[in-house]
Amino acid sequence: MPYDNLLVQPMREELTAIGFKELLTPTDVDEFMAEESGTSLLVVNSVCGCAAGMARPGVRLALQQGPTPHRLATVFAGQDVEAVAQARGYFSDYPPSSPSMALFRDGELVHFVPRHRIEGRTAVEVANDLVKALQEHCAPAT
Amino acid sequence: MGTFHQDKGELHGITVVVDMEGDRVYVGRCWEMNDREVVLLDADEHADGEDGRSKEEFIRRAAEVGVWKKHDRVVLPAADVASVTRLGDVEV
Repeated sequence: MPYDNLLVQPMREELTAIGFKELLTPTDVDEFMAEESGTSLLVVNSVCGCAAGMARPGVRLALQQGPTPHRLATVFAGQDVEAVAQARGYFSDYPPSSPSMALFRDGELVHFVPRHRIEGRTAVEVANDLVKALQEHCAPAT
Repeated sequence: MGTFHQDKGELHGITVVVDMEGDRVYVGRCWEMNDREVVLLDADEHADGEDGRSKEEFIRRAAEVGVWKKHDRVVLPAADVASVTRLGDVEV
């Protein structure tokens, strides 16, 4: 059963405030994923404080350090159920977990951070891991 | 900001590897761990040698990608548990 939106809205805004587009329907997801050129980061947001409480600040810190993907989007597990299911179809080799993060380059999944690599870590640790992936996959060619 | 249930122990909400005495291992999200039992949610289970994979191979794969749940909830007697480890701490 979804949580009350009053509880969830601030968690949504932690990501939308830093440039993430909310994908609320399967169509939203497919339209976002249809743009394959460049890099995109899709974050599966979650209420769970055990992991998501560090995931969102971790993402924010990572994007402050850069390099940043061309496009940022998020779906919310347990809330926007159909959108999340559609999104997971784009990284179906990975078992469902939330929060999680998927980084795509030219439409191909190049990095995935499952929940167990987030939970129990600090925001800085989450950020450091994500920055490594961003540097590898999103840095402009020199 | 999020939800917390700190009365369930320090591993509440954390994905753990529960290695049992004998040939079985479980990976799932710890709901509660106490002197009597370990309760996991969304857990996978593997027996040493099942599908041609050792316990160690199963754990390594779980650490890479996560697990597909076989059980919504599983209760493991604490007396049969050999060790409990965070999946995130397993080297990949």
